[in-house]
Amino acid sequence: MPSASASPLSIYNEHLKRGELGYQFSPSLNKAVFYPRVIAPVTGAADLEWRVSKGLGTVHATTVVHPQQGAPYNVCLVDVDEGFRMMSRVEDIDPRDVKIGLRVKVRVHTPGGEEDPYPVFTPAEGA
Amino acid sequence: MSSVKRGSVAIVGAAESDLGAVAALMSPIDLMAQGIHRALADAGLTLKDVDGVFCACTQARTSAMSLVEYLGLPNAYTDSTIVGGSSFEIHVAHAHAALEAGLCTVAVVAYGSTQRTVGRRAASSREFNPYETPYRPFLPASAYAMAANRHMHEFGTTREQMAEVAVAAREWALLNPAAWEKNPLSIADVLNARPISDPFTVRDICLVTDGGGAIVLTTADRARGMQQQPVYVLGSGQSITHASITSMPDLTHTGAIESGAQAYRAAGLTPADIDVLALYDAFTINTILFLEDLGFCPKGEGGRFVEGGRIGPKGDLAVNTNGGGLSYCHPGMYGLFLLIEAVRQLRGGCGQRQVAEAQAAIVHGNGGVLSAQATVILGGPATV
Repeated sequence: MPSASASPLSIYNEHLKRGELGYQFSPSLNKAVFYPRVIAPVTGAADLEWRVSKGLGTVHATTVVHPQQGAPYNVCLVDVDEGFRMMSRVEDIDPRDVKIGLRVKVRVHTPGGEEDPYPVFTPAEGA
Repeated sequence: MSSVKRGSVAIVGAAESDLGAVAALMSPIDLMAQGIHRALADAGLTLKDVDGVFCACTQARTSAMSLVEYLGLPNAYTDSTIVGGSSFEIHVAHAHAALEAGLCTVAVVAYGSTQRTVGRRAASSREFNPYETPYRPFLPASAYAMAANRHMHEFGTTREQMAEVAVAAREWALLNPAAWEKNPLSIADVLNARPISDPFTVRDICLVTDGGGAIVLTTADRARGMQQQPVYVLGSGQSITHASITSMPDLTHTGAIESGAQAYRAAGLTPADIDVLALYDAFTINTILFLEDLGFCPKGEGGRFVEGGRIGPKGDLAVNTNGGGLSYCHPGMYGLFLLIEAVRQLRGGCGQRQVAEAQAAIVHGNGGVLSAQATVILGGPATV
């Protein structure tokens, strides 16, 4: 394996800065791979290809976190249509209204400052 | 996975260190040493007999090195595998192999934590994960909460059923003088407690205490002449399916299915042979998942199975008889305490909470966020 010119995380972040949700696909595994890696799990092949998701998914599991200070907020797992799961949150609705099966669409959240952008989701009616 | 011989080693000593809120400035290694001293006394041995040291600790990155220095055992065989709360069940499996191979002759497995005194965050700081940390999951609770959310969705499990687990643990704890919690708990108390990460309230979640302890293992031949009735290691198994909850293959099916199958196969036993269950109850959903995955009820039936006090002191299945991580103690990693209680039950002498004629116990450890599952089956003299 040659030296890496860019880390998996930095490539993921570059996609986000372009407003895209990047993920990897392994031909040897014949599956999407997430989080991004340098080799595919199980097969061990260095065959990971970067792809861009259409950004649609379905809430797989959800919780409302009740912090000691501040408002309750959503944390969830989203099954993205291309076949991978990621942690995220659904915005624009009450966290208690986020349910298993809700269709959602990605939105890149840009915290600003030193913090990297990260993907969040919003309800996607009819998608 | 295992080619070690069934019953070739035994646990011959077991003890807790101080528990609950320990003396100011006690260190985790102080608690390990206190546990070792008491467990060796229980076994009728001294530190001079010990040549194997197994431990794990979130507050000491090189815990085996720290403990070997503290004890003055430079030539001890060591293992500080750490995969969260189930590390100690894995240490028993590793000690089994090491004792059988002659790498050591008397092994101690030790743990200590001062997480109540120093604060949970200081005792076990979270690693930054760029794919999870930005969403501020309250870990580990939010991960288990999402598994509970799936269980409710797929199988119709209810909040009241989860609360039954906490109530049963509390009823057992009221029979255990060493338990942290001293007052009764009702289903309504659990449901109406402060919400933490839905569907969990604070009463669905394990305690935050200090504590530690140790067990002593040796070969079965040597164990038979010692002062305590030996508790034999009949079989063990492990399965580590993921590290973060996002990568868990199926949120309602844990690696306990595999680790349990390995342990039952090695022990030559089935769930019907088990008298005592020690299941890692960091959250109420754990007990439900592990009852299912270890074969005590079908998948999806765990919630209905625990109804009506079935796993409490008046029920027909003895689960977490010390009061569990929910009501007895939970100093960060709980796996060692499961082993201590199973040993005591199999020896007899647990007083009010003693399970009659207990001969076989299943000890199931859980580490991370339903990540590292490790099972040990222990037995009394009638099982070997």
